[in-house]
Amino acid sequence: MKIYIRSTGNISPQNSLNKDLFFSTRLKTLNNYFKCPEPDYASFVDSKMIRRMSRIVKMGIAAAMTCLRDAGIENPSAILTATAYGCLEDSSAFLRRMIEFEEKMLSPTAFIQSTHNTVGAQIALLLKSHSYNNTIVHSSFSFENALTETGLLLQEGLGPVLVGAVDEITDDRHSILSRFGLYRKSGKSEGNIAGEGASFFLMDSEPGNNPQAILKDVQTMYNPENAAVVQQSILDFLQFNGFNMDQMDLILTAHTGNQKLDEADDQLLKTIFQHNPCYPYKSLCGDYPTATGFALWFAALLLKVQKPPSWMEGYKFPMKNILIHNHTGNDHHSFLLISAC
Amino acid sequence: MDNLKEQLKEQIIERLNLKDLKPADIGDDQALFVEGIGLDSIDALELIVLLQQEYNIKLSNAEDGPRVFHSVRTMADYITANNAPAKVST
Amino acid sequence: MSGPVFIAGLGIITCIGNNLSTNLQSLDEGKSGIGKMQWLQSIHQGDLPVGEVKCSNAELAAAAGLSPKLPRTALLSALAAQEALLDAGWDKTSVLRTGFISANTVGGMDKTEKFFELFSKDPAAGKLADVVYHECGAVTGLVAAHLGIRHFMSTVSTACSSSANAIFTGDRMIRAGLLDFALVGGADALTRFTLNGFNTLMILDKELCRPFDENRQGLNLGEGGAYLLLASEKGLKQLNKKPYACVSGYANANDAFHQTASSPEGTGSFLAMKGALDKAGKQPSDMDYINLHGTGTLNNDIAEGTAISRLFGPAYPKMSSTKAYTGHTLGASGAVEAVYSVLAIQHGLIFPNLRLLTPMKEFPFRPVTIHLRNQRVQHVMSNSFGFGGNCTSLIFSAT
Repeated sequence: MKIYIRSTGNISPQNSLNKDLFFSTRLKTLNNYFKCPEPDYASFVDSKMIRRMSRIVKMGIAAAMTCLRDAGIENPSAILTATAYGCLEDSSAFLRRMIEFEEKMLSPTAFIQSTHNTVGAQIALLLKSHSYNNTIVHSSFSFENALTETGLLLQEGLGPVLVGAVDEITDDRHSILSRFGLYRKSGKSEGNIAGEGASFFLMDSEPGNNPQAILKDVQTMYNPENAAVVQQSILDFLQFNGFNMDQMDLILTAHTGNQKLDEADDQLLKTIFQHNPCYPYKSLCGDYPTATGFALWFAALLLKVQKPPSWMEGYKFPMKNILIHNHTGNDHHSFLLISAC
Repeated sequence: MDNLKEQLKEQIIERLNLKDLKPADIGDDQALFVEGIGLDSIDALELIVLLQQEYNIKLSNAEDGPRVFHSVRTMADYITANNAPAKVST
Repeated sequence: MSGPVFIAGLGIITCIGNNLSTNLQSLDEGKSGIGKMQWLQSIHQGDLPVGEVKCSNAELAAAAGLSPKLPRTALLSALAAQEALLDAGWDKTSVLRTGFISANTVGGMDKTEKFFELFSKDPAAGKLADVVYHECGAVTGLVAAHLGIRHFMSTVSTACSSSANAIFTGDRMIRAGLLDFALVGGADALTRFTLNGFNTLMILDKELCRPFDENRQGLNLGEGGAYLLLASEKGLKQLNKKPYACVSGYANANDAFHQTASSPEGTGSFLAMKGALDKAGKQPSDMDYINLHGTGTLNNDIAEGTAISRLFGPAYPKMSSTKAYTGHTLGASGAVEAVYSVLAIQHGLIFPNLRLLTPMKEFPFRPVTIHLRNQRVQHVMSNSFGFGGNCTSLIFSAT
């Protein structure tokens, strides 16, 4: 069974809602975080609903609605949302108020919008959709596990499936993660840049009118013993799907800009990736647990349009197959394989 | 009383994030819930907190809500009747 | 590959018992565990009864073989998960593929709250160690590592239906041939965040809750952890034991009515229950017992009851809400009640709906209020309906 990516919708630190602009202009950041430029949400949600929504919920809805509109679908058979951090802004807001007011006179809105399933629930509410609805929250395997579930649902005859990944960076979260020494220090070129985004996909066993790409396979790998095991696993993953490394026209790598974390990626560049064109996708979207959502969107776009953005020089087209690799702290590794239709 | 109603309208707009509305858009007797402004059960809970925080009145029985929060006028009447010092900003 | 998918092991910790046998004993004796807050520090200690597990973090940690500095949710999860694996006779050196699919809604929030007390006043303050396991997925990861499960892990968080969704996800993966064993379920500890959050919604009862009673006033929050070890036929052969029951049906539907309230017609509930029956190839009349979601809130019980009337009427199976024993254990509730459903099948028991004095006037049926023993319990439906309209029904059947 083939899994077609029928349409996509993406809010990211790049101009991903406007494909022409995305292709012509690459956005950079001078800070150690990458914030998403946001659309006018009024075209996606009416003001009565939008007034309670936090930023991440609005971003998720905008990406999901864009995806559905592009496919001309109003009611998908399933809605899956992946998020590692959940609704941080509302969680922080409720926590702070709870502490400040010593558990007295608290109001409900921030609490009810803080639950991890809020994005998926609000999409269902907006669409008045009674369909299957699930939220997966497993760190940087969240989106990959949601894709695995998508495949299983499609195999059971449920389709099309709306599946997406959302994560946001808030001041509180950034402040805390900075204290862990995660991010680039001011004036330095070394270190991660925090990212965020909302990426939605309509996946189906049927191609629909204008499919973007085909998701061939996805695999996760927890806590590999060493670099050699990672390399072999990637080769086995490709072989299982009837491919070898030579057939990968592009590899989207998980480089973050943090030397220590990137050791695993540099090892791959020196070994099994050494003959392939590679591109570090986190330089576009920043580092966050569900960044493979952005990578999948990017890969599908390149395979559909079959030309590089003006700022991505030296890459040959046409491209048939793209491999995405992600890892977090070298213990959560994942591989995604996408092919042109 | 008029000052109180004006103040209530501003507070309702701010607390419920009704960005599209101005105080002049909310009639004194206009229904706040279901029809009219179209508020829902979560908004009712927010207004209960508003009464506590701004007017020192505790509405402990949620069933009184529909009557008290029917309109800005009924809210103002309730605040006045409960002898709470109406914190009207000057 | 397809089914059947067997339930080979059970593990549970709640306010009515620290393991399977003490939970069963309390159910059998009609002993609720809801009462005055003892461990959670909150201004509501005196006025909101809760279903607290009767152990300090230090005691939980000692029993689990983990650090007492870890989030309480992780400790509850580890204990219940360990019991399920031991109960099944699962061997971590087995070459068969085991997945851990766990649910929670609070993650490490009990520790994060402490951190925020200092951090909210000064961004350089607060112990970073307190937020390392804040994320829901991080709690699952740490418990998986402790159990020695590496092949596959995932975390589900859909409010009150979370662990019910984790259960069917494991079933689905086994049927698809991706796993041989799936340790599925969830845990949630009480936190000030959830206690205060629910309090803002004015749906907490200041007395002991009375699910499906005409005069019910709301729910009591609880905490706990519960897991089932699901096994394929191949997995069951390796364990060489008799299964408790099997998973025979499930469905997930969304109410799409309101962020927190259920539609008066109980649309999501109806679709979930009907979908589960369809998947199991069963009729409403095949159900011997429904473990109700039955939180005791005005809204849930009428919505769920309405859906039950539509689907089962006029011949209603026996039913009860065990939340009158445990309180609402949020992310753990689907799994806690799944374990109780399986115990009902295994022992031929129907547990009473405690404290139901006046049946709801809207319905011609009423939950069971006395212990029924030596019953023929072949098929049990367990309901979990949550915020965000996430509704799930599971069906377990005797093998």
